[in-house]
Amino acid sequence: MTAALTRADVAPVASAKRRRRAPGWLAVVPLLVFVAIAFGLPALAIVYGAFSVQGHYGTQNLTDSLQGPYLTALLGSVKLSATAAALGALLGLPLAQAVVSSRSRWLREAVLTASGVLANFGGVPLAFAFVATLGNAGVLTVHLGLKDDGWDLYSFWGLVLVYLYFLIPLMVLTITPALDGLRTQWREAALNNGATGVQYWRHVALPVLAPSLLGGLVLLFGSAFAAYATAAAMVGSAVPLVTLQIADALSGNVLVGQENIALALSLDMVLVAGVVMAVYLPLQRRSARWLDA
Amino acid sequence: MARRLTPWRWAVLGLAALYFLVPLGASVVFTVDVPGQGVSFDAYTKILSTDGFVSSLLLSLELAAATIAAVLLLMVPAMVALRLGAPRLRPVVEVVCSLPLVVPPIAFVAGIVTVLKWGPDHLSRTPLFETFVAIQNPSFPVVLVLAYVVMALPFVYRALDAGLRAIDVRTLVEAARSCGASWPQALVRAVLPNLRGALLNAAFLTLALVLGEFTVAQLLGYQPFAVWIYNVGGSQAQMSVAVSVLSLLVTWALLLALAGAGGGRNRTANSRG
Repeated sequence: MTAALTRADVAPVASAKRRRRAPGWLAVVPLLVFVAIAFGLPALAIVYGAFSVQGHYGTQNLTDSLQGPYLTALLGSVKLSATAAALGALLGLPLAQAVVSSRSRWLREAVLTASGVLANFGGVPLAFAFVATLGNAGVLTVHLGLKDDGWDLYSFWGLVLVYLYFLIPLMVLTITPALDGLRTQWREAALNNGATGVQYWRHVALPVLAPSLLGGLVLLFGSAFAAYATAAAMVGSAVPLVTLQIADALSGNVLVGQENIALALSLDMVLVAGVVMAVYLPLQRRSARWLDA
Repeated sequence: MARRLTPWRWAVLGLAALYFLVPLGASVVFTVDVPGQGVSFDAYTKILSTDGFVSSLLLSLELAAATIAAVLLLMVPAMVALRLGAPRLRPVVEVVCSLPLVVPPIAFVAGIVTVLKWGPDHLSRTPLFETFVAIQNPSFPVVLVLAYVVMALPFVYRALDAGLRAIDVRTLVEAARSCGASWPQALVRAVLPNLRGALLNAAFLTLALVLGEFTVAQLLGYQPFAVWIYNVGGSQAQMSVAVSVLSLLVTWALLLALAGAGGGRNRTANSRG
């Protein structure tokens, strides 16, 4: 107290700063306490449960989670997410480029707004919309006779087709700022020096876009990897996916005592998602540098 | 140059439009074209009287309101304080608010289920047990609100951060304080009105997230709106598609309003796939 008074006598400015600082960290405390309880406890429970085998520490659950049907599900998720992400990136790029190069404000606003909406569109309604369109009794399936051609929505490629519905817009949102950052001068310079359009893309545009493209790709992968509702509502367990396996184990559809395997699978997922974020965040920062330049 | 690209561009845009519009159109056709009866709007008119529709929708809206209130009460003071007096905590809060992105909803709910089991297993004789029971009250599951607040943190953080970046909080607060306002007054009457756009953004994103959330609610055994649609789908296909179409329109109207209100289309909630 006396120290504060002395300080106030000598330097009133410093004391004013002190007064402001006090509520500073105090206001952050409730947030941190909340996250520690609501997020920290479940996170701890995952790690603790994944490593405890019949009350003891052990890695049996993690080993089990990387074997047999669990491994199949994990690989199935990776395969599905990788395929959908690659296709989403491949298809999202030309769409974004078509919008950016059109220089029509109206088209740009419309597509970006629609992308924002569609990238948020997932879960059960998306699954039901596709079931109504291409499912067994779907409008297109019936009217175009797709069933005779061997079409099956409740399959790997069916899921890819559905996931693209929110992945392509996500890619458009991710890549558009980078495409905006491509200077027209670079293209003109390349063309003036005798480069073809293909050469311009191969040697100038794509290297500049590479960090954003890769960043978008991992973001799409992470988004598809974590998706559960769409797959659950659409295919049940026809396609092996790690999210469906965890749900099965949690709802007790399998042998009792599988909960810890579900936690081990969850930990596997967190590790994959962690890698995705570790790749994505630096890339995003890197591509942001191009845009600021 | 631009002219030569035109056919290519129209082909791309046309294909995209086809892919994104056909499922919507087909869904509408699916709901009104009853086999053997021709066009009928029964699927839509029957929704209101179907069991569970009103109660599940109300539950979702209540959860959304509670989540929005809680997340804003936690985040707004913290974010303002970070600007004013505790800049060193900023990286901490940024990391804390981004962590939920690393844990997929299904893994998160696996953790929650485990924690909730501790209640009966270890805490049955302590007052904490009562808390565990109270937050799982089926008529208003607080545990869902807790989970949704965590899931909303990354988006709310980004929305508020963008809003705060656009205004000079320090000057605003100093001016208010110089005019004799107390701390709460300065916050409520000087800072918050300037953050209106960001607050709306955060609230809309959270609303969209809660209304569409399925994973956590289903695995914890509650029946808000998304879970109800899923359950209806098992027995009444047309009705479930009709509700899906309607819920889409509502969510889209919300998000379009958000895009119009705050230019927030670059942020995606994207947590429901």
